[in-house]
Amino acid sequence: MNNPPEIAQDPAEHEEYAHGVHQHVSRYLLVGGLLLLFTLLTVALSYVDFGGFFSWLFHTHISPGSGRKLNITVAILVATFKAGLVALIFMHLAAEKRLIYRVLIFTGFFVLGLFWLTYLAWYDPVTR
Amino acid sequence: MEIPYTISTRPDTGLWNAKIGIWLFLASEVMLFGGLFSAYVFLRLDAQPGEWPHGLLNVPVGTMNTAILIMSSVTVVLAWAALKMRRYNAYWWYMLATILCGVIFLFVKLYYEWPQKFSHYGVFIKPDAREKYEQYLGNHRREEKGLEPRIEITGHLENHEALTDPNVKEYEIAMDPVNADPNNPTNDRPHFLYVPPTDKVAKIEKEDVERISSFGPWHSAYFASYFTITGLHGAHVLGGVLVFLYMWLPVSKKVYQRNPEHLANRVEVSGLFWHFVDLVWIFVFPLFYLL
Repeated sequence: MNNPPEIAQDPAEHEEYAHGVHQHVSRYLLVGGLLLLFTLLTVALSYVDFGGFFSWLFHTHISPGSGRKLNITVAILVATFKAGLVALIFMHLAAEKRLIYRVLIFTGFFVLGLFWLTYLAWYDPVTR
Repeated sequence: MEIPYTISTRPDTGLWNAKIGIWLFLASEVMLFGGLFSAYVFLRLDAQPGEWPHGLLNVPVGTMNTAILIMSSVTVVLAWAALKMRRYNAYWWYMLATILCGVIFLFVKLYYEWPQKFSHYGVFIKPDAREKYEQYLGNHRREEKGLEPRIEITGHLENHEALTDPNVKEYEIAMDPVNADPNNPTNDRPHFLYVPPTDKVAKIEKEDVERISSFGPWHSAYFASYFTITGLHGAHVLGGVLVFLYMWLPVSKKVYQRNPEHLANRVEVSGLFWHFVDLVWIFVFPLFYLL
């Protein structure tokens, strides 16, 4: 749905095809505008104090210690949303071939494993 | 010999070859940056109170660079769409815009943001001497308010000879507002606009100093990860710009004239790389500039 169809050799058909690409162009512009808007939003939100709600999520000290731990969650949620838009629309992942999804599932698995190793750094069976 | 499947799809994968190639490469890139980001998480979570600096980067400039990178992602996808619609002129202009965005991004990083850091100094005060510099650190008030302690005095080093000459017994620092006026509540949070050092000079005796360092990678775990990640990211931007330059030059027009789909596919895969670089920056920006 997101990828323009394969190119047609017949001129009349190509005309119709070019029209299809044209519709995609307006979507790319819209997504670009959204990304800029969310950039401003994330800057603005970083100056709002969300306090320490959900601070139990972080079982160790996070700077700044005076709370604002939720700000980290908010900023990462906004960034993930923006990254999702880039991946789905600009990188055409909204409609790709199955093989690419398979590659990415493996990648996701291994990168999560990598972050899990970091988490293990605080696993302390002696004092806990 | 003709390289196979540059345009037509390979029956067993259902893709033309470069497409699967770039995605495998991007998968390895995810692991590369993933490793660095998990190092960031590790270093940050383990930082002691006061050790992780805040508000040392220029937020408006960072925001501008973010916007530039996002706009270049739009122009490169428009360049590709222009090729798909067989409008070479439009492609040429969009590609030029993309290249210029990449160059501006790098220019701002290399000639404005980084050099500014290397000429800014932080003097870390020994824990038992911090009381002596209370007028610059303001830790009494910070403790009352439950804020992290300040452990360094930052600003412009006035007497550079102090770095090398053992006969000079103290460092003279023209302090940033945060140390010049440490009990002012407006300095509790990072400022949005860049605030230059004041002309108020602190004299700090060398024997009270744990270490002195410019805001280079050696300053702290924060700047070490900042320079590593933005440096690697900058190298990616440079790589993307060089590839785009090749596709924008007249050599590539020949590819277009032979088969426009071939150039469109080349632009698509290099565009995928460019979007990935944009995607990495989307995480770099809040993690280093805002949080």
